[in-house]
Amino acid sequence: MAHDHDHSASPHPESKDHPVRDWEGREAAIRALLIEKGVLDAGEIRRKIEEWEQKTPALGARIVARAWRDPAFETRLLADANAAAGELGIDARGVKIVALKNTPSLHHVVVCTLCSCYPRTLLGLPPAWYKSKAYRSRAVSEPRKVLAEFGTVLPPGVELRVVDSTADCRYLVLPVRPADTDSLSEEELAQLVTRDAMIGVAQASPPA
Amino acid sequence: MAEPAFGPGMTVRVRDIPVKGHMRTPAYVRGRQGWIEGLQGVFPNPERRAYGADGLPPVPLYLVRFRQSDLWPGYDGGDSLVLDIFEHWLESAEKTHGP
Repeated sequence: MAHDHDHSASPHPESKDHPVRDWEGREAAIRALLIEKGVLDAGEIRRKIEEWEQKTPALGARIVARAWRDPAFETRLLADANAAAGELGIDARGVKIVALKNTPSLHHVVVCTLCSCYPRTLLGLPPAWYKSKAYRSRAVSEPRKVLAEFGTVLPPGVELRVVDSTADCRYLVLPVRPADTDSLSEEELAQLVTRDAMIGVAQASPPA
Repeated sequence: MAEPAFGPGMTVRVRDIPVKGHMRTPAYVRGRQGWIEGLQGVFPNPERRAYGADGLPPVPLYLVRFRQSDLWPGYDGGDSLVLDIFEHWLESAEKTHGP
């Protein structure tokens, strides 16, 4: 990319070890311009990256565990996931989140074929595979095969519903509660709810 | 607020608009028939916002369901696929009543 800005004075915390790709060069140029013009400063950018990286799937897991134990909460979650998250003190303001309930006969799996839309306010940043072209194309065209590669084999009688996050909603899968978990506390239940179960490429983990 | 043109259960076809640039309707559903699951709300049009416009008035956004067997050759069984589609990408595919 031809430009005459010197970015060496503002090393980015996200610097890569590989040769700079076009889009990385473009991002660096825009970032340097925003800093130069006083729109943002480097500290704000760093803080925002840190803030996003500190969000983890533990937030989503708390929501799922509560829904498993409290049917009224589950109803509110399915009606308005942003508000339900707020009830637990989780800040999910911003983009609309929709929770999808898995049942023994219906299994959801989420993908974003156009880019990498993901319920980041509840799960943090998406895993690398979620952003890969292979997952993004195959999750819609041969989702059962993709799930099997994740170790999730769905019986033929279960409807698999692929959810492509194409626009202004982000999707959170509410996995089926594992058997033999009646005696577990909400915190213990949350331990069974993994990131992949909330994307829908896996089931919730069985109790230890 | 725009009055939504479609309601739950209505059969719709995705228009095959030859769009260059930013759009939110993936190629694999264009020209395909599905049905409205529900209305997600109304949102400023991201296909205009991507070019600096405000995207107003907001456009109704629907959750639309398709049979996987209608989307992919050789896909058997009752699996389905849902995605959000803005109203300007949809046209009615309701069967008109016979004679």
